[in-house]
Amino acid sequence: MTSTLEPDIDGPAPPAAKMKHPRAVRWMHWINFPLLMLMIWTGYRIYWADLRDPFVLGVGDYSFFEFWPGWINENLELERRLARGMAFHFSFAWLFTLNGIAYGLYTWRSGEWRQIVPERGTLRDSLQVFLHDLGIGRSKPLPPQARYNGAQRLTYSFILVLGAIEVLTGLAIYKPTQLSLLTTLFGGYESARLIHFGITIVFLVFFVVHLLQVGRAGWANFMSMVNGYEKQKTSSEGSHHG
Amino acid sequence: MAETDEERAKRYAELEASYPTLTAEEYTRRSRRSVLTGGAAALAGLAGWRWIQNSPEDRNIPAPLRDVHEANEALWRALHRDNHLAPTFDSSRSSMMRVNGRRGIDNEIDLASWSMSVRDEGEEIRTHTMDAVLELPKQEMTVEHKCVEGWSHIVTWGGVRFSDFLEAHHPDKLASPTEFVSLETPDRGFYVGIDWASMLHPQTLLAYELQGEALDQDHGAPLRLVTPLKYGIKQLKRIGVIEFTNTQPADFWGERGYDWYAGL
Repeated sequence: MTSTLEPDIDGPAPPAAKMKHPRAVRWMHWINFPLLMLMIWTGYRIYWADLRDPFVLGVGDYSFFEFWPGWINENLELERRLARGMAFHFSFAWLFTLNGIAYGLYTWRSGEWRQIVPERGTLRDSLQVFLHDLGIGRSKPLPPQARYNGAQRLTYSFILVLGAIEVLTGLAIYKPTQLSLLTTLFGGYESARLIHFGITIVFLVFFVVHLLQVGRAGWANFMSMVNGYEKQKTSSEGSHHG
Repeated sequence: MAETDEERAKRYAELEASYPTLTAEEYTRRSRRSVLTGGAAALAGLAGWRWIQNSPEDRNIPAPLRDVHEANEALWRALHRDNHLAPTFDSSRSSMMRVNGRRGIDNEIDLASWSMSVRDEGEEIRTHTMDAVLELPKQEMTVEHKCVEGWSHIVTWGGVRFSDFLEAHHPDKLASPTEFVSLETPDRGFYVGIDWASMLHPQTLLAYELQGEALDQDHGAPLRLVTPLKYGIKQLKRIGVIEFTNTQPADFWGERGYDWYAGL
């Protein structure tokens, strides 16, 4: 007979892992990854078809960086193959769009949006998290968070909005006559094209930062995007980034 | 009332507490299953990718991609509306356009002896000189010319509507249209096929002027096709033959991997 005075060593073990990412989100995340890579690669095939007038990052007459400097293509010996680029781009764009719509509907209907949309305090939190990640002000405790910290809420929401704009500017360039209202909304054909391209650069930057942060956050966090559950640390500390 | 930091922390904690948990054993089992499922999905994706890459080519691109081009064509042809116009600009914003290709026009011709043959399913029905075009009401249009390569250029065209040309010279075709129109250069070095709806659109012109001056030979003198509904690869220079047909016409760039429809 167990005595209530003795420690209950056979009782329920503390939970080893807690649910983090719903199944639908994990599928859509991993489907999105190769689709986005394919869209970026085929998009560059289209962009590379005409490099007489490249997009340039600069102020006034001074340019910092030209997309892309000629030597990159020369050294990588990249094939241009415009027709193939267009064929892949205009095929897989539908899958990318459908995946995005499915994500939007799921996030809305399931209430998952509560975990991701920025709210009061998110901006302040994200600044603190950002400084913390740079090693500044680490003596102060991190702000409270649910699944995502302020910086993550802000970044992920921003990227999702950009994803929607990327699809819309894509349509505006794809059918500038039949969808001329949309093209006009983005300031015309050239402007829509520049926005479409600029967002792609932001996606590439996000991708690099995302990989670094996932690396920093560790294996348990990575696996939560695979199996949905995050292994709990015995003594909880720190925040998770992805 | 604004939420205090304490209330927010509490709300977050409650939200997190609402999620289910696993024991170590369950977690291991679940991880194994997820990795297997994920691996299988990745292999399926890879197989799909290889299936596309290894499919037989249809006009220079893998057949599945050609199928999607055709599905896209069906969609956008269904959505075509004659009153959806390409944006027009003030002519002051236009400037002379580059010459991007000379296929079918690489030799100079004698413009005075030029004529245009009109055919119906291969049978010649009429031959026209420039007079047949010049007698019709002239349209001026400043639009953005768009190339598949990505560049675009605002230019001013002068010419006549193809629909006006039909009404004046081939009214029977307006009454009983064919599905396509085929256009060729006189030497057949370049040829395009265009759907009927795009040809009849009010912004589709038989053009003889660029930037207020007669077309030069590099831009397609004496008469070329201009339509902001298509990329430049469809806007044939130096028209030699116009043919009405119900069979999808051969298309120079369509045969070389591009979308046959190439609609904008």
